[in-house]
Amino acid sequence: MAKPAANGPLKLMIVDDSNIIRRRIERSQQIARLEVVGSASNGRAAVEMFRRTQPDVVTMDLTMPEMDGVECVQELVAINSEVLILVVSALADKATAVDAIAKGANGFLCKPFTDRQLNDALEELLSEA
Amino acid sequence: MLKESEIRTFIEGTTNYFEATAQQCASVGSPYLVTDGNPGAYEYTGVIGISGARKGVVYFTAPRGMLTVLLMRMQETDTSDENIRDLVGEVANTISGNARRDFGKNFVISVPVVISHDERQLTTPHARSFVIPINWRTHSAKLVVCLE
Repeated sequence: MAKPAANGPLKLMIVDDSNIIRRRIERSQQIARLEVVGSASNGRAAVEMFRRTQPDVVTMDLTMPEMDGVECVQELVAINSEVLILVVSALADKATAVDAIAKGANGFLCKPFTDRQLNDALEELLSEA
Repeated sequence: MLKESEIRTFIEGTTNYFEATAQQCASVGSPYLVTDGNPGAYEYTGVIGISGARKGVVYFTAPRGMLTVLLMRMQETDTSDENIRDLVGEVANTISGNARRDFGKNFVISVPVVISHDERQLTTPHARSFVIPINWRTHSAKLVVCLE
């Protein structure tokens, strides 16, 4: 996986079956270090886009058609174990979060979220980079 | 018999959505009981099916006007039918997520289904439903809880 240029933006991919959520994340992410390189509406499309765009950071919904988020997390981590994945889901129970983290996600943000919560979650994720 | 705490979980799932995405709280009207099997619906409805410890449906139904303004509050300029359906599905998705968190595995909750422009597609499995009015700005929606 290509590393971002020094001080250059990190590449962000958004995965969510909701168009309004994808667009909202695109609009609200105001972290200068992130550049949106693509968005996908299901896990299968996300894996294909991941190979093509090689993002550094991914926001991942869990409940999606064709391939769900947890399975997609596993696939992405198998391709690049250094990718940072923030799960963004309405599935607010602890077991779901633990499962996603165990499969390779790095953070969990519950829907619905404010712009501030999203940015804080991404900042926290990037602090691990 | 439905517990008040169970109904509160569904209400909080709904009002949290408005608070987080629009930064404007929704208020809850006086709940009422409908016993004729026809709690009614607006143009757009997000339905979740529930089985396990309770059986039935919970749905959030709202008029286009409310959902359009809510989208605009989210800085979304595309207020097409597709995005309105997407939005009402997301509200139902949030209600579903809250219920999973609070009720655990005793409740099996389906992925939301969106129904629009055709109330006839919407059926409740029992005659009795609790209807909770959800008021936001000048608009009114309903949360309908129809559980055994």
